[in-house]
Amino acid sequence: MSEWIRVCPLEEIPRLGSRVVQTGKGDIAVFRNGSDEVFALRDQCPHKGGPLSQGIVFDRKVTCPLHGWTVQLDSGEAVEPDHGCTHRYRARVDKGEVYLNLS
Amino acid sequence: MKDTHKTRLVVIGNGMAGMRTLEELLKLAPDMYDISVFGAEPYGNYNRILLSPVLAGEMTIRDIMLNDVDWYAQNGITLHLNSKVVQIDRVRRKVIAADGTETSYDRLLLSTGSNPVMLPVPGRDLPGVIAYRDIRDTDEMIEAASHYRHAVVIGGGLLGLEAANGLRLRGMDVTVVHLMPWLMERQLDRTAAGLLQKSLEARGLKFLLERQTAELIAGESGRVCAIRLKPALSPSTNSGQAPRGGVEGDGETLPADLVVMAVGIRPDTGLAEAAGLHCDRGVAVNDTMQTYDPRIYAVGECVSHRGIAYGLVAPLFEQAKVCANHLAQFGISRYTGSVTSTKLKVTGIDLFSCGDFTGGAGAEEIVLSDPAGGVYKKLVVRDDRIVGSVLYGDTADGSWYFQLLRDGQNIRELRGRLLFGQSQLGSSGHQGQNNAASMPDDMEVCGCNGVCKGTIVKAIKEKGLFTLNDVRKHTKASASCGSCTGLVEQILASTIGGAYQPADVSRKPLCGCTDYTHEEIRKAIIDHKLKSIPEAMGFFEWRNVNGCASCRPALNYYLLCAWPHDYKDDPQSRFINERAHANIQKDGTYSVMPRIYGGVTTPAQLKRIAEVAEKYAVPAVKVTGGQRIDLLGVKKEDLPKVWADLDMPSGFAYGKSIRTVKTCVGSEWCRFGVQDSTSLGIALEKALDRMWAPHKVKLAVSGCPRNCAEATIKDVGIVGVDSGWEIYVAGNGGIKAEVSLFLVKVKSAEEVMEYASAFIQLYREEARYLDRTVHWVQRVGMDYVKARIVEDAAGRKALYERLRDALRDEKDPWQERVRGVEAREFIPIRLQS
Repeated sequence: MSEWIRVCPLEEIPRLGSRVVQTGKGDIAVFRNGSDEVFALRDQCPHKGGPLSQGIVFDRKVTCPLHGWTVQLDSGEAVEPDHGCTHRYRARVDKGEVYLNLS
Repeated sequence: MKDTHKTRLVVIGNGMAGMRTLEELLKLAPDMYDISVFGAEPYGNYNRILLSPVLAGEMTIRDIMLNDVDWYAQNGITLHLNSKVVQIDRVRRKVIAADGTETSYDRLLLSTGSNPVMLPVPGRDLPGVIAYRDIRDTDEMIEAASHYRHAVVIGGGLLGLEAANGLRLRGMDVTVVHLMPWLMERQLDRTAAGLLQKSLEARGLKFLLERQTAELIAGESGRVCAIRLKPALSPSTNSGQAPRGGVEGDGETLPADLVVMAVGIRPDTGLAEAAGLHCDRGVAVNDTMQTYDPRIYAVGECVSHRGIAYGLVAPLFEQAKVCANHLAQFGISRYTGSVTSTKLKVTGIDLFSCGDFTGGAGAEEIVLSDPAGGVYKKLVVRDDRIVGSVLYGDTADGSWYFQLLRDGQNIRELRGRLLFGQSQLGSSGHQGQNNAASMPDDMEVCGCNGVCKGTIVKAIKEKGLFTLNDVRKHTKASASCGSCTGLVEQILASTIGGAYQPADVSRKPLCGCTDYTHEEIRKAIIDHKLKSIPEAMGFFEWRNVNGCASCRPALNYYLLCAWPHDYKDDPQSRFINERAHANIQKDGTYSVMPRIYGGVTTPAQLKRIAEVAEKYAVPAVKVTGGQRIDLLGVKKEDLPKVWADLDMPSGFAYGKSIRTVKTCVGSEWCRFGVQDSTSLGIALEKALDRMWAPHKVKLAVSGCPRNCAEATIKDVGIVGVDSGWEIYVAGNGGIKAEVSLFLVKVKSAEEVMEYASAFIQLYREEARYLDRTVHWVQRVGMDYVKARIVEDAAGRKALYERLRDALRDEKDPWQERVRGVEAREFIPIRLQS
C-alpha cells in the first residue's frame, strides 16, 4: 500500500529549484525542473553529505553546492565519472499539488 | 539488423585520428550514420604514441588500447580488421577491400595515416631491418632484444631516440646514426641537444652524428648483421664514447643484428591518389576537412591542410573535432591549423620545445643555462612576443610559454622573471614541488582532493585521457582550487608525450553547452540586446535547454553587468551562497559576516554582534583576515532573523563580488603614517558596496610604504606615500600568491577613487566569469590596462561613471530579505507524518 502525502502547491517550489521537506525520515529535497517535473531525493550528496536541495538544477540533474558532484534527479545516481547514489523517493504532481511517497 | 535507410559512413584507417572523429561524431549525432571501419592491423584502436613506453617495458599493449573491439560493437559499428582497402570507386561510391568485398558509402572518411620512410640503401629489405610504426614493429624489437645484442637506430629524431632508449632498456647495445650535427634538430637547438645527448650517453646509448648509411650487410643466416657508413664528412663532432667497429673500405662498419629506420614519415596517400583525389604531399583538405570530392573527408597524418602535414597527435584531435562537426551536419567549426609543441617520452628526461626556436633576423633570445644542474631554458622573442621555446631539465613552464606564444601576448612586463617560471611564487598545497618527473608515485599532487601522482598516471593510461579536463573529470586532480594545474599538466605531458597539447585558453567556450566563447557571448548580449538567460541561450542555440551549473551563473552575471537596471536577477542561476546571501559550510549551515567598513567598528556594534551570537547559539565567532567578524554555524531558516537583529549591511563575504577593503590605521594614529588610509578605505568600500563581479574583489589601503595592510597582494592595492598614493592592481594572496603590478601614482583620494573604480569596471566588463583580476590582466597584458585606465582620460571617466551608475540602485540584500523578499528560500516544509 503506497501512501501519497501532499507536500505543497507546485508553485511553492521555484522552477529549476527545490524545497527542503522535513520528515520523520530526515530532510528530503523536492526538486522542480524546467519542464515542471518533480523529483525527490534524500537531501544528502553521496559524496560528503552536502545538501543537494541547495544546488543548481538543470535538465534532470542537480549539482551539489559543496564539491560540484552532479546527481541524476530521476535515479539518485551520481553522474560519471563520479560514483555513488542517494536515496530516491517517488514524487508526482496532481492538479497543481505536489505529492511525495515515502514508502 | 541495421537500418538500411541510414546514411552510410565508411572509414578507411582504424587509427587515432579516425576513431577520435567517430567518438566526436557519436557524441553529436549518435544515430545519424551506419558506420563501417576498415583497419589493416588486427587490433582495435590503440594509442600509437604509447608504443615507446611499451617498448621500454613500462606498459603493455593492453594498457594502450583506446577502443577495444567491444567498443565498436557497442556503438553498432561494423569493424573489418586485417582488411586493407585497395581501391576507392568514386563513381559507384564503393570501397573495395583486398579480399574483393565491396562496401558502399554515402560519406567516406580517409584516415590512412602515414608510412615510415625507408632509406633507399642496399639491404633495406633484409630480415631484421624494420621501421618503428606499429604494434608489429614494437613486437619485433622486443623479440630481437631477447635474442640479439647489437642494434642500430638510423635517425636521431623524436621517434628514433625513443626506440633507441627502449632497446637499450631491454639490454641491447644501441648506436644511433644521425645525419645532422645534433639530435632532434627540428625541435632542439644545439645546446639543449648536447645536454640530451649527454644524458642519453649516461644511460649507455652511443651516437654517430653527421653520418650516413652506405649499406646494410647480410650475415650467414640471411639476417642483417652489420651496417656500413659512408665516410665522415668532417672531423668527428661525436662524443668520446665512439662505438667499436672495423674500418672497411672508406667507411666504418658496425655490427647490427637489428636496424630500426626512424628517418621520417610520409602521408599515406596511395589510395587517394589512385582514386584521383588531389594530393599535395598529403590528401588536400579545406578548413572543414573535406577533400576535393565533397563526399570524402580526411583527417590525421594522411592529410595536407594549407600545405602542412602534421605528425603529432594533438593537431589530429583538433581536426577530428572539426570533421565530426561537419559530418554531423552542424557545419559551424573550422580547422585553421595548429602550432605544435613536442615532449620527449623518455622517462626521467624532461624536454619541451615549441614554435620557432632558432630565432633569425629580429629575434632575441632569453637564456638560462645551468649545465651542471642539468637545466637549460631558452625563449625566442620577437617584438616583445614569444615565438619559440626550448626547455631542458625543467619543463614546468612549457605550457605557460606555449600559451603566451599562442595568445601572442606582450611579455615586456614579464621579461625579468619570465625564465623563472609562472610557479616561482607562492603556489601552495603541494609541498613546493614544481617538477612532476621527480615526484614519487605516492606523493600528493592535489592537496584539495588528495590525489597522488600514481593515481593520475594510472587514470591517464587506463582510461586513455588526453586533456587536462579529462584528468580533472576522472581524478579530480586540480579540479578544485587549480593551483596544482601545472603539475597535472606535466604529468599528463610526460605520460602521453606528443599527444598532449595544452588547452587553448585563447578560445575557450563558455562551457560544454555551447561552442561560443565568453567574449562572443558578452558582445552578443549587448549587440543584440539579449536581456534574459533563455533569450541568450536561444540566440546561441544552447545544446542543453536549461544550460548547466557552469554557464547559468556566468550568463546571469554577464546580463547583470550589461543591463544593470533592466535585468531581473535569476536566483536559480546563482550558486547557493549568492542565493541565500550567506556562506554554506560543510555541514549545511551558513556563516554570516556583516559589513564593517574599513574594519572600523564601535562598542555598540560589537555588543549587537555579541547578543546575536548568544541569542542564536552561534557555535563559532571568528575574526577574519579581512578585518571583520564571522558568525559560523547559523541555520538557514534563522538567517533572516539574524540579519534583522544585527541590523547591519551584508558583507558580501559569500559572493563573486566586492569583499573588503583592508586598511592600516594610517596617519590619524600611526607615527609613521603619511596618508589617511582608514578614511580612504572606508570611502572605497562604501563606493563599491553591493558590487557583483566576475569573481571576488579585494582591496587594501596602506598609509605608508611599510604597507601593513598588505596592499600589494590585492586586486586593487593603494599605498600612501608622502606625495600621494600609488595604485597597484591584479595581486592575489590566495591560491597562488601574486604580487600586484604598479598601475599609476596619483595625488588625491578623489583620483584614487576614479582610477580604482575605472580599473574594476573594466574588469567587470571584460574579464571572463570566474577570472580573478590576476588571470584577466595576465591574459590581456598590463600595457592594455594602462592604455585604458592611465592614458585614456575620457575612457577612464566613462568607466568610472558606468560603475557608479550600475551601483546606484542596488539594495542591501539582507534588509530586503528581512522585509520578506524570497522568503520561501529560507522556510523548510514540514510534513505531518
